[in-house]
Amino acid sequence: MNYVFDNERPIYVQLVEMLRIEIASGTLKKGERIPSVRELALMARVNPNTMQKALAELEDEKLVYTERTNGKFVTNDEKLLKQVKQELAKQQVSHYLEGMKQLGINQEEAIQYLQELGGK
Amino acid sequence: MELLECKQLSKEFDQKQILKNINLKIPRGKIIGLLGKNGAGKTTLIKLINDLLVPTSGEVLIHGEKPNVNSKKIISYLPERTYLDKSMTISQVFDYFEDFYDNFDRKKAEQLLNDLKLQLTTRISKMSKGMQEKLQLILVMSREAELYILDEPLGGVDPATRDYILDTILSNFKEGSSVIISTHLISDIERILDEVIFMNEGQIVLTSSADELRNKEKASIDEIFRRCFKC
Repeated sequence: MNYVFDNERPIYVQLVEMLRIEIASGTLKKGERIPSVRELALMARVNPNTMQKALAELEDEKLVYTERTNGKFVTNDEKLLKQVKQELAKQQVSHYLEGMKQLGINQEEAIQYLQELGGK
Repeated sequence: MELLECKQLSKEFDQKQILKNINLKIPRGKIIGLLGKNGAGKTTLIKLINDLLVPTSGEVLIHGEKPNVNSKKIISYLPERTYLDKSMTISQVFDYFEDFYDNFDRKKAEQLLNDLKLQLTTRISKMSKGMQEKLQLILVMSREAELYILDEPLGGVDPATRDYILDTILSNFKEGSSVIISTHLISDIERILDEVIFMNEGQIVLTSSADELRNKEKASIDEIFRRCFKC
């Protein structure tokens, strides 16, 4: 994963978004141990404190859990993973529809575009 | 006990006030950006902290004590200008640092040097400016200090060198130690900062967590800084 940050938004918020996608997509696998805060911070080239904050947020969302002596793991909760994936997918769709609306393209036409391009 | 505290610190040169009533506390475990335009007083503040200048009034406290032999062990300082003897080889510079500082980790320095594909027998005078900057950073970051103070570590280096410098700072940043980075090149560095301190005309005008400030102003630290100090 290539971590590119927008300096205009809190870095930890962007890290949460990126890691959430990695978890939902299975890049970080269900139940798998995730690298240490330090390693993750170095990979993303961010401050370990910022990475720590991002992981704490993912723990609040139950996407990540800590085993006391073993480190942090991706959740095993398939229902939750599915739900997160759906939410992210919905965001993508509304983003797309919003863009089409700006172009003056209605929903029906937008779906046609999708079918044409998606079929290729 | 605070790692570093400045209390009502002021400095005058020839009756000109360079620093005015600086109050500052530096916590442990943070990377802090000391941000200000040229002439804002950043280097003067850093020199006072390192006991290279005497305050006109106020005081600097390191672990609650005025600067002394002990505090020189606590702080590892990268000055703005190079002080290395150019006729020395890298190995001689390492000897020199080993003599001077108990907490210089030569193994670590050699390892970092190895990553740069530099030889111990290379003379400083034969190295490019960028390489010399990297070497100095290696020297400073290879000390087991509690506070690293880097004065303009990014001045005049190319983007690849800048990335190397940021990575080296991050990978050598230990739990419980802090790093102060002074710079006017904010956009290059803001990603790694926990806290920011804005200085202007010898005063501290703002201190904040970097992410909180971004969230509040909906802008980058660089942009907020520019808005604050529009010429």
